[in-house]
Amino acid sequence: MDLQIALLLAQDGVVSGAIYALLALALVLVFAVTRVVFIPQGEFVAYGALTLASFQMGKIPGTLWLLLALAFVILLVDGPAAWRQGGRGFLLFLAQVVLYPALMAAAVLLGQPHAWPLWAQSLLALALVAPLGPQLYRLVFQPVAEASVLMLLIVAVALHLALVGLGLVFFGAEGSRTPPFSEASWEVGSLVVSGQSLWVLGASAGLIVALYLFFEKTLYGKALRATAMNRIGARLMGISTTFAGKIAFLFAAVIGGASGILIAPITTIYYDTGFLIGLKGFVGAIVGGLASYPVAAAGALLVGLLESFSSFWASAYKEVLVFTLIIPVLLWRSWQSHQVEEEE
Amino acid sequence: MRRWLPAGLLAFLAAGPLVLSEFYVTLFNYIGLSALVALGLVLLTGVAGLTSFGQAAFVGVGAYATAWLTTAGAAAGWPALLTTPWAGLALGLMLTMLVAAGLGAITLRLSGHFLPLSTIAWGISLYFLFGNLEFLGGHTGLSGVPPLSFAGWELRDPRWFYYLIWLSLLAALFGVRNLLDSRPGRAIRALKGGALMAEAMGVDTARAKLMVFLLAAILASLSGWLYAHLQRFVNPTPFGLPIGIEYLFMAVIGGASEVWGALVGAAVITVLKHWLQDWLPHLFGASGNFEIIVFGFLMIAVLHRAQGGLWPYLSRGFPQPAVRGEAASRRDASLPPMPQRARPEAGVLLLDVKDVVKRFGGLVANDRMNLAVHAGEITALIGPNGAGKSTLFNVISGVEPATSGEVRFLGQRIDGLPARAIARLGMARTFQHVRLLPQMTVLENVALGAHLRGKRGYLSAMLRLSRDEEARLLAEARRHCERVGLADCLHMPAGSLPLGRQRLVEIARALALDPVLLLLDEPAAGLRYLEKQALAALLRVLRAEGLGILLVEHDMDFVMNLADFVVVMEFGKTIAAGRPAEVQNDPAVIEAYLGGLE
Amino acid sequence: MSEALLEVSDLSVAYGQIEAVHHVSLRVLPGQIVTVIGPNGAGKTTLLSAIIGLLPCKGGMVRYAGEAYARVTLEKMVAAGMVLVPEKRELFAEMSVLDNLLLGAFMRRRLGFRDERQTLATVFALFPRLKERAQQRAGTLSGGERQMLAIGRALMARPRLLMLDEPSLGLAPLIVREIFRILADLAAEGVAILLVEQNARAALQLADYGYVLETGEIALSGRADELSEDARVAESYLGQAAGCPVA
Repeated sequence: MDLQIALLLAQDGVVSGAIYALLALALVLVFAVTRVVFIPQGEFVAYGALTLASFQMGKIPGTLWLLLALAFVILLVDGPAAWRQGGRGFLLFLAQVVLYPALMAAAVLLGQPHAWPLWAQSLLALALVAPLGPQLYRLVFQPVAEASVLMLLIVAVALHLALVGLGLVFFGAEGSRTPPFSEASWEVGSLVVSGQSLWVLGASAGLIVALYLFFEKTLYGKALRATAMNRIGARLMGISTTFAGKIAFLFAAVIGGASGILIAPITTIYYDTGFLIGLKGFVGAIVGGLASYPVAAAGALLVGLLESFSSFWASAYKEVLVFTLIIPVLLWRSWQSHQVEEEE
Repeated sequence: MRRWLPAGLLAFLAAGPLVLSEFYVTLFNYIGLSALVALGLVLLTGVAGLTSFGQAAFVGVGAYATAWLTTAGAAAGWPALLTTPWAGLALGLMLTMLVAAGLGAITLRLSGHFLPLSTIAWGISLYFLFGNLEFLGGHTGLSGVPPLSFAGWELRDPRWFYYLIWLSLLAALFGVRNLLDSRPGRAIRALKGGALMAEAMGVDTARAKLMVFLLAAILASLSGWLYAHLQRFVNPTPFGLPIGIEYLFMAVIGGASEVWGALVGAAVITVLKHWLQDWLPHLFGASGNFEIIVFGFLMIAVLHRAQGGLWPYLSRGFPQPAVRGEAASRRDASLPPMPQRARPEAGVLLLDVKDVVKRFGGLVANDRMNLAVHAGEITALIGPNGAGKSTLFNVISGVEPATSGEVRFLGQRIDGLPARAIARLGMARTFQHVRLLPQMTVLENVALGAHLRGKRGYLSAMLRLSRDEEARLLAEARRHCERVGLADCLHMPAGSLPLGRQRLVEIARALALDPVLLLLDEPAAGLRYLEKQALAALLRVLRAEGLGILLVEHDMDFVMNLADFVVVMEFGKTIAAGRPAEVQNDPAVIEAYLGGLE
Repeated sequence: MSEALLEVSDLSVAYGQIEAVHHVSLRVLPGQIVTVIGPNGAGKTTLLSAIIGLLPCKGGMVRYAGEAYARVTLEKMVAAGMVLVPEKRELFAEMSVLDNLLLGAFMRRRLGFRDERQTLATVFALFPRLKERAQQRAGTLSGGERQMLAIGRALMARPRLLMLDEPSLGLAPLIVREIFRILADLAAEGVAILLVEQNARAALQLADYGYVLETGEIALSGRADELSEDARVAESYLGQAAGCPVA
């Protein structure tokens, strides 16, 4: 391998690593706040990418139907209580389960997104995927919010399966690739840097900074961190666990959808691709022990690089190598923990 | 009607291949194969509180091992003995155990979700390996696997294979049920929510977890072996992660807390899958594994509405099983009692705590604590809430390591030893926040205390060879229950008792360990006056028998009338120590307890 | 008699499978300090948890600030100015003292109030130590400082009813005295206080009214000064039984 190839592989690795890092952050966030090991994270990636692809092909993405169906179920389940409560709360509830879905339906069905510019299509795709996070939290995880981590994990896996199957129904078995945000490319020495790579890196960095500012500087961000640190303490301050859970899932969906939109021009996305992408974010998150954001991001970057270089040397065993990476990581974690842990 | 149902089902199973069409025989074969795997997951998930999504990979190891050995090995002209299906079974089991032991050693010590996560990674990796390794035939797989043969008779007909599968399954069900109703079984059942307590009773929980994980893997591997010789060819698809997840669904939907749940779940999912695969592609007008949508939502619904799965609903039609341990504990009269450990003479120094410091971050919970307990003596540790008494208990019993200092028990240094090693030396404890297994009976909870007094392991438990020892253990447990006044509720779930009586179960369990030193953390809290009197009387008897007792208690009356020696703690330090009468008049003690607003 | 701020009637609470509190009734008037004393395991913490909605009630009724609740929800109670300082403090250990305090005003912010800076000044005036340590991580504080932070954080919500679970736990008498003095001042300003204490003598000296909880039931109740004179209380909780030291 000469330097040029190495640089090329490193570039690829850093770009996919940036995506994995975003996903790893979302996973750590969701786990810290809700204790859910969020296996379906990758489905948001696929949904984001394929929703955008549907717009470009002039199709109506199934994501819209899912959004409407979930909103309808929530209206049935929570409507009566919200009605009784009345006031501002009820209006807010209606805005979430009636107004927003109606707006989305109007935009997709009447707005002819096929003709929109790429950035507007991307935003619409993101707007369709984002509410799935809190909706799924409400219907799938909130009823068992106090269950054990293990139980929540099994629920997450079940949801993953259902969402992959729905993805097949919505988008078909065909893969899709979307046009890049930028066709530009630059030569830096012997290396060609594509505009899309810079888009991915820039957007990832931007999202990470935005997340950092949210968690460090705003009261709601602090409230989320407080829930992650001490649930009872947070509840006693009036920070509702449900509220925190919905916000965390909203972030997960936004980050997942955005990641999908960003990488769709680089790799072909199938209805079930999201799972493998999400799992690589997971390997990063596990490196960070599902607790540390910076370590998780660094781990995810490492996963990207490892994947990129192993695809050069042993492309058939690429996935095997990436997933075997967690063995030494777990070994190291295992050596660090010596006490008998009590499951809650 | 209820009594005849199991017999009827057995008769139906036995007659199955003779009356059913080929299609149904095949369906039953698949149900049996899946149920074997799901049974392992019932052990893992429902009983031990662990989970694996990667069981399909173990099935694959079992299937590929035998397929490779019987085809490639035979083609390479290896000795015939090494290329029989039986050698394939041995190879498969060996590989499975090797892999499971390796994975288990890495992940089982970490908290619960790391194991399932690593099984996902492992499930995917192995699937890709099967598909990419040349010698395993890549994605096309291996064909031409020979049929099983018994003394020259070849088992080619699925109708005959049916018997092999279902006999294997029934044997496995029998073995697992026996295991759960035994000494190692109680240790396994304590893993879910009682690991810390079990360690304090001398159970090596890491080993118990590993054994369960191995057992589940072995069952999966066995299923894979049967599969390979039934199908006569293997390819990677049935060993992928989605199938691994399906196995887990079987266990959970069927009911992961009872062995029969595996059978119910395997039947429901297998039939449902078959039916949906016919029907859904028509509905959606395309081919694909749409059944996973239904499985996913079904699973979520089950976990929301009926966490015990389907079995608890179905089991109402069956005769109620006898309470675990009930029959065995009645055999006690004919059996000799368990041998007792030699007790040191009264006055011998049992426990010597020297300069123990325990810090949590910036807080010093124990600051150079000193303490001694002698045989035939009751030492009480008192002090306001938050003074660090329970922390000191945890340090002494090995639940938490000391930051510095020395703890000696019977002259041997024990600081740094794990709780189970200290228990083995003859120290037993109770917990301030009662740690019982609420679903298990009082008798079984107490029998867990006698864990170290039995020797029989997993295999003899599964084969029912340990029934004698089991009866003696339960008789011993029963004796201690009676001693603390629990004779009337031996077979009630421990969780249904009022708090005060649960504390007595804790004491009985500690006594069942046959200790020379007993640590009691607030044994009288929540007891009524007469119960306290009875407890005090019991502790006096134990003291007279030569036991050393270290006691944390808030009820001053109780302590002052009972203890030989009192140590008073405040802010992690000893502020006074001496005979009860001396301590009561110590100004520092009066200030600590009664320091009001004056 | 003026209208009670909190009125608990016939409350039963199950903790796991065990019923830990049986048919308890009690009331707290505005500006009153009421204490619940009793031995370990009597159900004091369970009682407070049920009143604020951390644990579900099995039976009975909680009436607070003029509204009756058959099912108490934590969020509603906090929004209505009920705050609990829990036994374990439950601080946000990895956050600064200042952030802990600001989160105490979370519900007030949600309700539209923007006065947390003023409240913060009052809290800092009460606990100057917290001001010195404002930027320090809560996890590094000493035991006394943690309790001050827990109370300070609760005060950030400007409570109408302040419930404290064993505030004296693990604290030196000097600090306990300081904290109890602050509680007295708060009550004088009209805050109702429900105090669960094991340190019965101190609690009864501070309180206007007291309840004795034993194995989940109210065994005795009365004016605090009368309770401290009661022979049964003296015997069980004030350590004046035969053979025990008399202060």
